[in-house]
Amino acid sequence: MNNIRLEIFKKASLCRNFENELYKKVQDKIIKFPVYLSAGQEFIASSIAVKIQELNIAPDIFIQHRGHSTYLAFGGDIYSLIDEMLGRKSGCANGMGGSASIQCKEKNIYGHDGLMGNQVPIGVGACFASKTPTIVFVGDSAAEEDYSLSSIGWASTKKLPILFIVEDNNLSILTEKKVRRNWEMHDVAKGMKVLSYDIKDDPMEIYDHLKNSFNEPILLNINTVRKFWHAGAGKDEENFDRYEEEMNFFGKEGREIDEYNNKLVLGAWKKQLEKQ
Amino acid sequence: MEKTVRETIKDITRIHLLEKKSMCFGQCLTAVGWVGGTLPELYEDDGMVEVATSDVANGGFVVGAGLKGIRPIYVVRYQGFQWYNAPIIINYACKSKEIWDIPCPIFIRSIAMEGAIGPVAGSSHHSLFQRMPGSKIISPMTPKEYEFAYQEFMKDDDVYYVSEHRRSYDNFEELQDVIHEDSDFTLFPISITRFDAEKARVILKEQGYKVNIIHQLWIKPFEFKDEWKLALNNSKYGGMVLDDDYEEGVASSIAHTMMLSSDKRVYTFGLEHRTAGFHPDVDNLPPSPEAISEKVKSIILNKKI
Repeated sequence: MNNIRLEIFKKASLCRNFENELYKKVQDKIIKFPVYLSAGQEFIASSIAVKIQELNIAPDIFIQHRGHSTYLAFGGDIYSLIDEMLGRKSGCANGMGGSASIQCKEKNIYGHDGLMGNQVPIGVGACFASKTPTIVFVGDSAAEEDYSLSSIGWASTKKLPILFIVEDNNLSILTEKKVRRNWEMHDVAKGMKVLSYDIKDDPMEIYDHLKNSFNEPILLNINTVRKFWHAGAGKDEENFDRYEEEMNFFGKEGREIDEYNNKLVLGAWKKQLEKQ
Repeated sequence: MEKTVRETIKDITRIHLLEKKSMCFGQCLTAVGWVGGTLPELYEDDGMVEVATSDVANGGFVVGAGLKGIRPIYVVRYQGFQWYNAPIIINYACKSKEIWDIPCPIFIRSIAMEGAIGPVAGSSHHSLFQRMPGSKIISPMTPKEYEFAYQEFMKDDDVYYVSEHRRSYDNFEELQDVIHEDSDFTLFPISITRFDAEKARVILKEQGYKVNIIHQLWIKPFEFKDEWKLALNNSKYGGMVLDDDYEEGVASSIAHTMMLSSDKRVYTFGLEHRTAGFHPDVDNLPPSPEAISEKVKSIILNKKI
């Protein structure tokens, strides 16, 4: 099992280093539009991506606005992502998508348009039409959108091979969940007869909950911690950092992986910036 | 007897589902009436998909199906419901090709009717789609026009907003433009006003006025054809765009385009800028033949209405 955990960490490490560097690029004003950093949440997409590799399937993936880690974990090209941040036509969304609307056709990752939560009905509709295994990522706030909820209900009615991943960082910008609602997503989904679980972003816990994916709709509400601000380069208050914990778990090997990805990301940025 | 608009739509839908292997989404499709008799009696296994009573999400389901390239038909039984069904279509399907190079063609059957159906359901609402990029809007009122709209859609990869009207479903005749070399006035009617414009033209002819009618099938993109421009410029008192939507939308936009490239005034006549009630005394209906002819006369006689 440690091999799987290590594979997950490798993906998460790429994501974390990418976000750390992008954070600096925003601070240095090289990037001048809002970015939605996913640092702190990277083990969700990384764990699922490793499971998908193991299942040897190519699901359709409907991404949320905070989606750099999803893009990278599922194999999206880092150079195209950097170009997108630089607003270039060679970017993964033709330079139109910025941070929030990235896509990767090669990996079946569909872009998000900025209407929070609309990836849920769109993903459900695509899954219904194609019957292709489908993963929909949504934040805990966007999941509250009325159309998100009714879409989960319809997916249940139609017994679709779909996996709903609620990336629950407890925050809508800075408004906590307890201010916004007195109910939990997994309870609502259960009421709609969807197999639902409320779990931590512990990589092996996520991995274990993916055993029966795509036989019927499943919803995982995954509690996680956003490291940076909702948008831009700033830090939320100091919180538990899963990445540090996992890196420490792997000791020297973990630090080497981190260092390798740091160099990879720095090299990629350097190369793309020199193209200008 | 020749085929009606209703039978044309039904035949197209049957072919689209059974031969093209597509899907038709909508609420209460298989209920008694089959959407005014415009749908064949098919069910989910054939591609006739009953969606939930969740208008906003339903628009999203259709967008998802569109992304998978099946060219879905989406039936919205009252155009006023587009205010709930449109958000994801307008914001995702209409922009997908431009942002991501992924077309999302959808054939939206948006059905208008009016008369005692109150503040939400009534009239046409094609102006809602007109002001946003990425969609095409066409309003067929005859069998051949409907067939044309479908064929254009099948050749294209854009979202098509097909602005229908229930009063056209029994129609089996094609509508012809009427253009005089020395006319007094030109009418540019859209949707259901095309039928009443023809009646108004006859009323006005009996009273000694020569009125052109130039039927508007394509709403967006709008092309002001040279022969239309000539007809307008040859109309002594200008022209008027007629619509089944509020004037502050498609009608004003088209009139503006016409005025910029002609030397005549183009007026608008559509729904009054107020909410429709259910009772006939407070309803808000498209211009009647009598109202159209009175308005034309008032313009010609330089009177205010």
